[in-house]
Amino acid sequence: MTKVTMTVNGKSVSGEVEGRTLLSTFVRENLGLTGTHVGCDTGQCGACTLHVNGKSVKSCNMFALEADGAEVATIESMAAADGTLNTIQQAFQDHHGLQCGFCTPGMVMTAASLLEENPKPTEQEIRTYLSGNICRCTGYHNIVKAIMAASGQDVSAVAAE
Amino acid sequence: MPADGGIGAPTKRREDLRFLKGTGRYTDDLNRPGQAYVFFLRSNVAHGRINGIDTGAAAGMPGVVRIFTGADFEGVGGMPCGWQVTDKHGEPMQEPGHPILAQGKVRHVGDPIAAVVADTLDQARDAAEAIEVDIEDLPAVIDMKKAIEDGAPKVHDDLSSNLCYDWGFVEENKVAVEQAFKDAAHVTTLELVNNRLVANPMEPRVAIGDYDQAGDNSTLYTTSQNPHVIRLLMGAFVLGIPEHKLRVVAPDVGGGFGTKIFHYAEEAFCTFAAKALNRPVKWTSSRSEAFMSDAHGRDHVTKIELALDGDNNFTALRTETYANMGAYLSTFAPSVPTWLHGTLMAGNYKTPLIYVNVKAVFTNTVPVDAYRGAGRPEATYQLERVIDKAARELGVDPIALRRQNFVTEFPYATPVAVEYDTGDYVATMDKLEEMIDLAGFDKRAEESKKRGKLRGVGVNCYIEACGIAPSHLVGQLGARAGLYESATVRVNATGGLVVMTGSHSHGQGHETSFPQVVAEMIGIDASMVEIVHGDTANTPMGMGTYGSRSLAVGGSAMVRATEKIIAKAKKIAAHLLEAAEGDIELKDGQFSVAGTDKSVAWGDVTLAAYVPHNYPLEDIEPGLEETAFYDPNNFTYPAGAYACEVEVDPETGKVTIESFAAADDFGNVVNPMIVEGQVHGGLAQGIGQALLEGCVYDEDGQLLTGSYMDYAMPRAGDVPSFAVDHSCQTPCTHNPLGVKGCGEAGAIGSPPAVVNAVVDALQRAGKDVTHIDMPLSPSRVWAAMNQ
Repeated sequence: MTKVTMTVNGKSVSGEVEGRTLLSTFVRENLGLTGTHVGCDTGQCGACTLHVNGKSVKSCNMFALEADGAEVATIESMAAADGTLNTIQQAFQDHHGLQCGFCTPGMVMTAASLLEENPKPTEQEIRTYLSGNICRCTGYHNIVKAIMAASGQDVSAVAAE
Repeated sequence: MPADGGIGAPTKRREDLRFLKGTGRYTDDLNRPGQAYVFFLRSNVAHGRINGIDTGAAAGMPGVVRIFTGADFEGVGGMPCGWQVTDKHGEPMQEPGHPILAQGKVRHVGDPIAAVVADTLDQARDAAEAIEVDIEDLPAVIDMKKAIEDGAPKVHDDLSSNLCYDWGFVEENKVAVEQAFKDAAHVTTLELVNNRLVANPMEPRVAIGDYDQAGDNSTLYTTSQNPHVIRLLMGAFVLGIPEHKLRVVAPDVGGGFGTKIFHYAEEAFCTFAAKALNRPVKWTSSRSEAFMSDAHGRDHVTKIELALDGDNNFTALRTETYANMGAYLSTFAPSVPTWLHGTLMAGNYKTPLIYVNVKAVFTNTVPVDAYRGAGRPEATYQLERVIDKAARELGVDPIALRRQNFVTEFPYATPVAVEYDTGDYVATMDKLEEMIDLAGFDKRAEESKKRGKLRGVGVNCYIEACGIAPSHLVGQLGARAGLYESATVRVNATGGLVVMTGSHSHGQGHETSFPQVVAEMIGIDASMVEIVHGDTANTPMGMGTYGSRSLAVGGSAMVRATEKIIAKAKKIAAHLLEAAEGDIELKDGQFSVAGTDKSVAWGDVTLAAYVPHNYPLEDIEPGLEETAFYDPNNFTYPAGAYACEVEVDPETGKVTIESFAAADDFGNVVNPMIVEGQVHGGLAQGIGQALLEGCVYDEDGQLLTGSYMDYAMPRAGDVPSFAVDHSCQTPCTHNPLGVKGCGEAGAIGSPPAVVNAVVDALQRAGKDVTHIDMPLSPSRVWAAMNQ
């Protein structure tokens, strides 16, 4: 077992881990931050997406030890301290961008990275950027719409009903 | 309507707040004090005889608590099947045993052989690697037709063959159907495969067994769509635990799509082991495990024939289907290719004579059971494909051929034993045509051509049967369960309500839509109503959520219970207002005496019920809590018309969906936002089936699609934005809400539209292609074009 220390959601944390302990396991099991979900074991589904040093990362594809000294942000850090949803989260609720909620933390974390890199993405850019996040419930329609709305764009042209 | 949303309002979902903040409570988020972890050692061969299991080295490894094998379960019941189908000779289906851990033989890749319980998951996994299993390989049966040939290796040595049942429906129609084919002016025949799929809810299955030795109480936390069904099946048929000593909790469930209906061996194992070890035992499936242990879906091979007269009226339909059961009978597997498939073969059409034959076959593959739509997508796909093929053969417009044969008068009794209470297939087709601009197709095709692409359009209809019922009928058909739903409405002294329902949500938003109904009935804010579900300890016996039944059946139970509440509250109000009960009206949360200005508020009545100082105690009991069980007298029959436009790249065979439109009739709609979301998700799954998804075994029974690296899940770039409409509404005539069901429609109605569109594109380009089996991968399309 090796000691690992990192900053998670603004707090310094440490724990004893094996070399094979994944960052997703460390966050869920050691820190009890269960908002980060594990949906596959091949780095394909993106449910475990969180931010490491400001970039979105699939935490099942990273060992906890690799994050030693890093700044990590999980879904639990996205809303304000009083519980108010951030812009992306609010857009997901407003546009019904989630159903079972299991892929949702990963979707929100990926969407946050997208909008940081590209504040006004087109529908196609959103769909391409989400290629590493699988949702089985929504058919992506309302996720795309939510991200468009969160970026301040008119959604009526994107997703006519 | 309540200010915060009643029936018909697109109320935002309250459950979203916890899901969006990462504070949802899924089963894997739960941990019990002192819990151990189990890892299942699973078969890596499809068929083999177990000659020995040496657990000696593994048992001594760090952290190992105990290793279980099949021998530990010899005195325990096997996994039960909840539906017995009777074959065409009146004999019961062949029903093999299904042990919790393999006994004597393994029958599919993934069949659990041993279970290692250890202090940590890593320790359990390490020890499992040290178990030595001596398995003698046996020849596997994978292909269904070969599996029922004489001399084929048997999946179950104690059965007479690999044929589970040979079902004929309606057997009495068979001769008349044959005659109609002899008399037909035209017969169209199509052979097709409905590809095997894996449901793949994003949350893998999880089970935690817990045991309280002091009270001799067992608890199972599990990822289930129907905790009461699991409690009944596991308690009564597997472990012999009476229901009052067994609690099943399914907290937030991360998608199900049918695959979390069934009772699985891992649930029984964790419950059993927790008691045996007097310690909680947790199992979390990996995705790889899910591919080889979650029940799969579809996997039918069908020949369908449609007979038409000289005026292009459908005169008869005949189908022969081979349906894969896999190696064991999953909980509701036998019902899917029979009662959920044969009964839908009339579709939206007045075909007078129908005969359906289904041979269900055991193979050395993962068990197959209900997946979103369950039997109805298989029925719709073959019917809507053969109609399209017939239109092309006859040189008539496929939409006109459909319209000509629509059922137009309701109620309509089909020749396959069901009665459609209501519908308007002309209206949904009219709406669809309005949505898709067929007149502009040639122009769009010309633009595609300029870019070197082939464009095609495909249209189809579908009919659904939701909320399977009534119990006495399904009992005659072989169901070993009732199909009612329940609700208890508890009104608190200060006026708020808690509705405890036997249905459950795995993404459908019941916590939001159910309060909309109750709030509307009373005339209070929806925020005053809370939904409790997913725990057998605090909800009445219910059958759970599947088959698009929750609002039609569970919602109806809730309406009935709320009606009882209102009736009693009116008695209390009459007492408080010193008026006759018959004169009391309830509107906007106020009870008033008709024709007067005397009134009393909802909260005053509820308070009186619990603080009965001024109360008719001689006539009615204090308190305000009512339960109702609702058993529908028919299915509901949503229906619709779908259209898909595709582009095919002739160089590569790649298909892209350019547009998809869905016009549905769901009857009355409680929350249109949620309904549209359900359709979107179903469409993506249907498009996934048509273009991307396929679960593949090689001839030795190795699972070639065992992860997301090999099984193509639809991603955001694979599907378009959808045009959906549910403005055509013919309310269900037999439930109090007039609602139908919307959860499966998209997955049922979309595959034929996609395939019809691709065939259309190829035929417009002069290719002699009449059918391509799903998934329409680039290689299959290219091969068909270049055959």
